[in-house]
Amino acid sequence: MRKPLAAAVAATSLLLAGGACAADKLKIGFISTLSGPSASIGVDIRDAFTLAIKLNGGKLGGLPVQLEIGDDQFKPEVGKQLAEKYVRLDKVDILTGIVFSNIMLAAVPEAFNAKIPYVSPNAAPSPLAGKQCNPWFFAASWPNDAFHEAAGKHASDKGYKSTYLIAPNYQAGKDSLAGFKRFYKGKIAEEVYTKLGQLDYSAELAQVRAAKPDALYIFLPGGMGINFIKQFVGAGLSKDIQLITPGFGSDQDIIRGVGEPMLGLFDTSHWALDIDNPTNKKFVAEFEKEYKRLPAVFAAQSYDTALMIDAAVKSLKGKVEDKEALRKALKGAKFESTHGPFKLNTNQYPIQNYYLRVVGKDAQGRIVNKTLATIFKDHGDAYVQDCPMK
Amino acid sequence: MSFTLILEQSLNGLQFGLMLFLLAAGLTLVFGIMDMINLAHGSLYMIGAFLAATLVQATGSFTLGVLLAIPAAAVVGMALEITILRTLYARDHLSQVLATFALILIINEVVRMIWGSDMPLSAPEALSGPVQLVPGMPYSAYRLLIIGVGLAVAVLLYFVVTKTRIGMLVRAGASNREMALAMGVNIKRLFTLVFGFGAALCAIAGAMLGPIFAVQVGMGENILILAFVVIVIGGIGSIRGALVGSILVGMVDTMGRAFMPALLREVLTPAFASAAGPAIASILIYVLMAGVLFWRPQGLFPARG
Repeated sequence: MRKPLAAAVAATSLLLAGGACAADKLKIGFISTLSGPSASIGVDIRDAFTLAIKLNGGKLGGLPVQLEIGDDQFKPEVGKQLAEKYVRLDKVDILTGIVFSNIMLAAVPEAFNAKIPYVSPNAAPSPLAGKQCNPWFFAASWPNDAFHEAAGKHASDKGYKSTYLIAPNYQAGKDSLAGFKRFYKGKIAEEVYTKLGQLDYSAELAQVRAAKPDALYIFLPGGMGINFIKQFVGAGLSKDIQLITPGFGSDQDIIRGVGEPMLGLFDTSHWALDIDNPTNKKFVAEFEKEYKRLPAVFAAQSYDTALMIDAAVKSLKGKVEDKEALRKALKGAKFESTHGPFKLNTNQYPIQNYYLRVVGKDAQGRIVNKTLATIFKDHGDAYVQDCPMK
Repeated sequence: MSFTLILEQSLNGLQFGLMLFLLAAGLTLVFGIMDMINLAHGSLYMIGAFLAATLVQATGSFTLGVLLAIPAAAVVGMALEITILRTLYARDHLSQVLATFALILIINEVVRMIWGSDMPLSAPEALSGPVQLVPGMPYSAYRLLIIGVGLAVAVLLYFVVTKTRIGMLVRAGASNREMALAMGVNIKRLFTLVFGFGAALCAIAGAMLGPIFAVQVGMGENILILAFVVIVIGGIGSIRGALVGSILVGMVDTMGRAFMPALLREVLTPAFASAAGPAIASILIYVLMAGVLFWRPQGLFPARG
C-alpha cells in the first residue's frame, strides 16, 4: 500500500507543481526603431527575431511565443511609454529589441523595477557594464566600445602612423572614439565631432585632405555613413587614405546604399556572413530565403538574442513565472550562437572574439564582408572590474 | 592653413549656398508676394527629389530624369496652390503655419505610401569621381556640376525677374500687392504661376542634392529651417537678398565647421575647444541671423521701400 500511495502523492505533487508553474505561453515585449532614416537597423533586428521564432515552430524554449512589437520612432520618450505598456499592462516575461543606447537607457528602468529581464540585441552602453551594472540586464550583442577597440588595435597592427577620427557629437560618438584610442598607439591626426544626423560632409572631407592622415576612422551609423562614404569616394580621397569603420558601419544596410565604392574597406566585428558554424549557416541561408536580402550584423545579434531566450526557457522547462529563476537561467544559458559558443562575463556582457573584415565580392558576385583575421580572442570590456556583480 | 584648403572650403560653401538659394528664392517670392507662410515648401523639395529619383530610374538617364522632374514638380506645386493653399491667403499667419505644418505631415505620409521611406539616387557615373582643379586639389566633379547649375539658375532668375513682363509683375506684387491689384494685375493667376515656379526651383534643388544627401521622407524639414534663415537675412520678397543671404549662410556654415575648432584651439585649452568648437560652429548661422535682425530688422535687401 505504501509504495503506490507514495507514488500517487509524488505524481500529484508533480502535477500540481507543473500546473502552478509552467506557463502556457512566453510573452515577449519587443521595442525597436521601425520608422525614419534608421529604420533599416530596427527592421533587421525584428526580422531576425521573428525568423528565429518561426524556425522554432512558433516557440522559444518549448513555449508558444506571444510577441508584442512596438515602434519607438527613434524617440526615447516613445520607447519609455512602450516599455511601461508592456511591463505594466501586458505583463510580459521578457523585454528586448531596442536599437539605440539613448532610447534603451530611457526604457530599461521600467523593466529593472518590475524585475523583468531585458535582453539586448544591440545597445550595450558602458555605464551598464561598469558601476551601474544590473542583474536584469543581459547583452547578447557586444559592449559598445568593442568594435572600436578592435579597430584601434587593427590600425596599430597595420602601422598607420596617424589616424583621423570622425564621430557624431553625442555620448556614443565620444565613447566610440575613446574605445578606438584605448588600443591605438599611433598619432591622432585630429578628432572631429559632427552634428548628429549630418548628411553633407564636404567641409570635413576638405580638412581630412589637408591633414594627410594614413587612415581615417569613422563612427557614422545608418544614413550618415552611407553619405559619408559616397562623398569620401567622390572627393577622390579613397586612393590615399585607408578608411576603417566599425562592422555595423559597412554592413549590408550600408552596402545596399553605397554599392561598389565600398570595395576594399576594412571593418571590425564579432560576426560575419562567412563565419563557419552550423548555427550561422542555417541563419544566413534561412534569412536570405525569407527576406530576399542578406542579414547585417544587427540581424545576427537579434537571432542570438532569441537563441539565448530559447536556451534559458528550455532549461527551466517552461517555468517562466519565477523571475529570479528566469534571470539565473539567462545568466547560465548555454547555446551555440551565430559566432560560436556564447559566453557571458560577470557583468552579463559577452566575452567573444572580434574579427577584421574586408568588403569584397563573394562567389556569386555580391558585395559582402569577408573575414580576414582575428583581432581579439575572448575579449571582454574595460568596465567589468567596476561592476559589483559576481 | 593652405591656399588649396581655403579654396576647397570656399567651393563647398558656394555649392551649399547656391542650392539653398534655389529653395529660398521660391520661399521668399511666396512669402513676399502672397504674404503667405508656406512651411510645406520643404515638402515640394522632397517631392521633387522623389520624382527625380523615379524618373531617373525610369528613363535610365540622369539628365533626362531631372529635366522631367522639374515640370512635374511644378504641376504638383500648382495643384497644391489651387486646391488648398489658395484658401489660406486671407487667413492670418498663425492659421497658415498651422495648416501648412499639417500639410508637411500629410505629404510625408503620402510620399511614404507611394514610394516608401527612401529612394536610391546616385550621381551619374561620369561625375562620380573627382577632377583635378589645381595641382594637388582634386574636387568632386558632381559638386562642380551643382555649382554650375546653381549659377545658371541664378542668372536665369535674374534675367526673368528684371527683364521680362512676368518678372515685372512679380516685382510689383512683392513691393506693393494692393497697388498691383489696383493696376489690374491678375493676381490669382500670378500667384499660381509663382507657386509653380517655386516648386520647380525646389525640384532642381532636390534632384541635385539627392545624390549627396539622401532621398528620404522628412528630408525637407531640416533644410527648410535654413531657407527661412536665408530669407530673413536677405530680406523677405527680395530675390537679390535670397542670393546674398544663401551664399552668406553657405559660407558661414561651411567655414564655421571647417575652421572654428582650430581657431578656438589657438585661444582656449584643447579640451574646451574640441567640446565647444562643433557646438559654436552649428549655431554660427543663427548668430549671423540675430545680428542681421538687430542691425537691419528688414534684412539686407528689403523688397518693400
